[in-house]
Amino acid sequence: MESAPPNRSDLLRVTKLTKTYAVGDAQVVALDGVDFVAASGEFVVILGPSGSGKSTFLNLIGGLDTASAGQAWFRDWQITGADDAGLTRYRRNHVGFVFQFYNLVPSLTARENVQLVTEIATNPMAPAEALAMVDMADRMDHFPAQLSGGEQQRVAIARAIAKRPDILLCDEPTGALDSKTGIVVLEALTRINAELGTTTLVITHNAAIRTIAHRVVSFADGRIAAIDTNAERQPAASVRW
Amino acid sequence: MVSGLSALHRKLLRELLRLWAQVLAIALVMAAGVATLLIGIGTYQSLERTREAYYQSHHLANVFATVTRAPGSMLAKIGAMDGVLAVDGRIVKVALADIEGLEQPASVRLISLPQQQAGTLNRLYLRSGRLPEAANHMEAVVSEIFAQAHGFREGSQFGVVVNGAWRQVTITGIALAPDHVYAIAPGEITPNSGRFGILWAPERTLAAAYDLGGAFNAVSVQLAPGTSEDAVITELDRLLDPFGAQGAHGRSQLTSHAYLDAELQQLRSMSEVLPPVFLLVAAFLVNMTLTRLIALEREQIGLLKAIGYSGRAIAWHYVEFVLLIAIIGLVIGTSFGVWAGNALTELYTRFYSFPVLVFSREPSLYAIAGGITLAAAVVGAIRAVRAAAALPPAVAMSPPAPPTYRRHSTRRLHLPLRQTGVMVMRQLLHRPWRSGGGIVGIALSVAVLVGSLWSVGGVEFMIDYSFNRTERQDAIVNFTSSKPLAATAEIARLPGVLSAEPFRAVGVEIGHAQVTRQIALMGRPATSPLTRILDADLKVVPIPPQGVLLTRSLAGILGVSPGDSVDIRLLDGERQRHQLHVAAVVESYLGLGAYMDMAALQALIGEGNRISGVNVTIDSLHQSELFAALKRSPSLGHISLQAAALTQFRATMAQNMYVMIAVLVGLASLIAFGVVYNFARISLSEQGREMASLRVLGFTRGEVSALLLTEIAILTLLAQPLGWFLGVLVARGMVEGFSSELFSMPLIIGPDVFATASLAVMAAALLSGLVVRRRVDRLDLIAVLKTRE
Repeated sequence: MESAPPNRSDLLRVTKLTKTYAVGDAQVVALDGVDFVAASGEFVVILGPSGSGKSTFLNLIGGLDTASAGQAWFRDWQITGADDAGLTRYRRNHVGFVFQFYNLVPSLTARENVQLVTEIATNPMAPAEALAMVDMADRMDHFPAQLSGGEQQRVAIARAIAKRPDILLCDEPTGALDSKTGIVVLEALTRINAELGTTTLVITHNAAIRTIAHRVVSFADGRIAAIDTNAERQPAASVRW
Repeated sequence: MVSGLSALHRKLLRELLRLWAQVLAIALVMAAGVATLLIGIGTYQSLERTREAYYQSHHLANVFATVTRAPGSMLAKIGAMDGVLAVDGRIVKVALADIEGLEQPASVRLISLPQQQAGTLNRLYLRSGRLPEAANHMEAVVSEIFAQAHGFREGSQFGVVVNGAWRQVTITGIALAPDHVYAIAPGEITPNSGRFGILWAPERTLAAAYDLGGAFNAVSVQLAPGTSEDAVITELDRLLDPFGAQGAHGRSQLTSHAYLDAELQQLRSMSEVLPPVFLLVAAFLVNMTLTRLIALEREQIGLLKAIGYSGRAIAWHYVEFVLLIAIIGLVIGTSFGVWAGNALTELYTRFYSFPVLVFSREPSLYAIAGGITLAAAVVGAIRAVRAAAALPPAVAMSPPAPPTYRRHSTRRLHLPLRQTGVMVMRQLLHRPWRSGGGIVGIALSVAVLVGSLWSVGGVEFMIDYSFNRTERQDAIVNFTSSKPLAATAEIARLPGVLSAEPFRAVGVEIGHAQVTRQIALMGRPATSPLTRILDADLKVVPIPPQGVLLTRSLAGILGVSPGDSVDIRLLDGERQRHQLHVAAVVESYLGLGAYMDMAALQALIGEGNRISGVNVTIDSLHQSELFAALKRSPSLGHISLQAAALTQFRATMAQNMYVMIAVLVGLASLIAFGVVYNFARISLSEQGREMASLRVLGFTRGEVSALLLTEIAILTLLAQPLGWFLGVLVARGMVEGFSSELFSMPLIIGPDVFATASLAVMAAALLSGLVVRRRVDRLDLIAVLKTRE
């Protein structure tokens, strides 16, 4: 079913987005007809137990995977249905990713890891500037192996935002960190959201984080079970777990 | 424990299947080592042992001598010499043959057959038919290769000019003899199956024809073990001196034996160079692959140890893994080696006449090949396996310490590298031993190519040198015995002869200090445009009025240089001794040679202006008339046709060298492919996670593949100069291995050889790079993000 391009003010619009996997003879429905809209500048926390479909959702809108049915639009460009080259361009120019295990290149220093992205982006910020935004200006020339987990994750965030992405997708960014370090990372994310206006989607199964979001989306069994809007956002520093 | 072991074995087989492409690439390199080992040593053994057995069973003599004519009574005296077991006198003559359907004149060596074979030396092996009998018409048995070339069977007939008279010869059988395993016409460089053959005829027939009743002109002597060959030669020369002795010699100067020796030497140098190269590369590949496999299975190793497997059991598990790879390599290599060895042996039977020649079936050969291959595999595995065995379980089960990279001089050098370039550089520098091994591996494949391809140019240079620059005549007419200089004019008047140039050749023993050699001393007119003599720079060396010119190889053997003097002893007639000064050293790639002014040589011999033969150029339009006239000329000996020699030379080379080169190019590409493929696969395995991350960050497939391809390109490029250098060493080794007193090869390696070798290796590298690139395209972007390495 064709639907009209989304409203111009919507950065991301998803309709009836479905993903099924074949596991042996069985079909597993990972994402089951999800509808969702994200506005520009929004900070969204996505909650849900393992296997609820939240990562699949993020992968689809991030252009890492292809949907089985339904549509996803980035502004007036359809993500679903794009070929590999189109998805690569989309990720390169519009999306920043942050992962649980940082995925830094071990043979490059913090600055070089950021440079990796700024070299291929159209309108990047200086690597030093991106690292300064996550308070890593003084450790720029360290290799990942010489940094703590929290520091590595901040470098990963700097690498993700250095291209000035429209969307920042974070999959369990604090999953591998202790709470104190995790909070530093969350502070970095909220600061960037505030300063750059980057639409940010953060997956977590740590419910404590929900307070820092504009909206909280809860996934269950491949569907969106609830969407709550926080009347008042709390600063990341106030989060405790 | 037994069921536990079988679980490990199941793991082993699954690993082999999972890594099948890398396993196959390593096994193929090993197979190349096994195959070259089997081909080289197996063919060597076949030829060497068959030759030895044949010499034994058919009583090949140890010492040979030729005389003008000696009475039969001398045989008893020779037989009475110290250390002589048996003696055999024969009549041996070269004669022109007239064969229907063969336009060019052919020649045969006539050898007398005693009435009784028993007790004789150099006995015949009768392939078919019967021995000839003295009858009114001339009967003879013919050498097999000559018979095959003309389709001769028992009862076939052709004409031979015997002592000036045309005789019809009837063939009664086809035979081989141990002194003519390799039959080559006098003065030629390659065997010509159709234009030169051996005829064995009854002694009475030849004695009557050549007026040698009760006499002989060739004698063979068998020595008792432990007898000094040199002493017998000296004594034999003394005994035969009054009968026109031309100098006795041992087997080493028997043409047939010497050519076989040269072939054996080549096979040996091949089996000394190639198999070690392949096995070295294979060991490196095993090391590289196993190290990575063990790194990936670190946690499994820890688990196995935690549940009670000993370090020894773990080590053996991985040793079994490489032994299985080696066994796959052995099976492939042995199959190919036996097949190619049989094919090569089959090829040899076209040039070498043996009663039976089969590829070696010595169990020890296969045992050695197997042992060496398994050993190479295990040696390659040792380091990685020891590390696995020594890993404490607790350490093994936690992830390895992150690799510590260092910032190298890229920044200091201000290399304008993008970060992906920096990644490549650091990856290569982080594991310098592996990168170095990869470079050496690729370089070895370049070296094998340079070391084999150069010979094509070398042979072309030899052909150009021998047939276009020095020996520029179309044919050489060799008289059976010397004639007055006026014979030149006679030859010049024959139809189709454009120019004629006389020469005088005499057999001499040339010596300096204790070293002597028997050679033909060639006298040429002061101006001899048909046959020029060149130095190493290809400049014409004029024949000096006095003194002698020596070829580089002869000067080397004698240890003389220009200005020194050499001793000359004529082998004919009065056997006078002379001293000649060496005027210059000249270049020559075929045989040992010495040249001097014809008039000076004639003066030395003191028999007037007699000549041995004439070099001619021929008008190809009237060639057949000339051949017909030559066939009718009774007193001519052998006629060498340069064009036919060249064709034959090229054909021989095409069959031997080019087949060998094709095989080597294939094997070298295999090394390049195997090294690059394994290197790329391991690199991909190590960096797959980063590459997937780059794809997520928005790098295209092409940009990510470029990481891997750049790594391969850097290794391949760095390997080229090293490969060229090693290739020159291989080529130099081959020149030394191939050169004998019969021929040497010029070491000439043109830029085209380096270029071809590099292009072939780069193509193989690119191909394996592209094969691995397909895996980059299939990287699972999502899985890699969800896991910690």
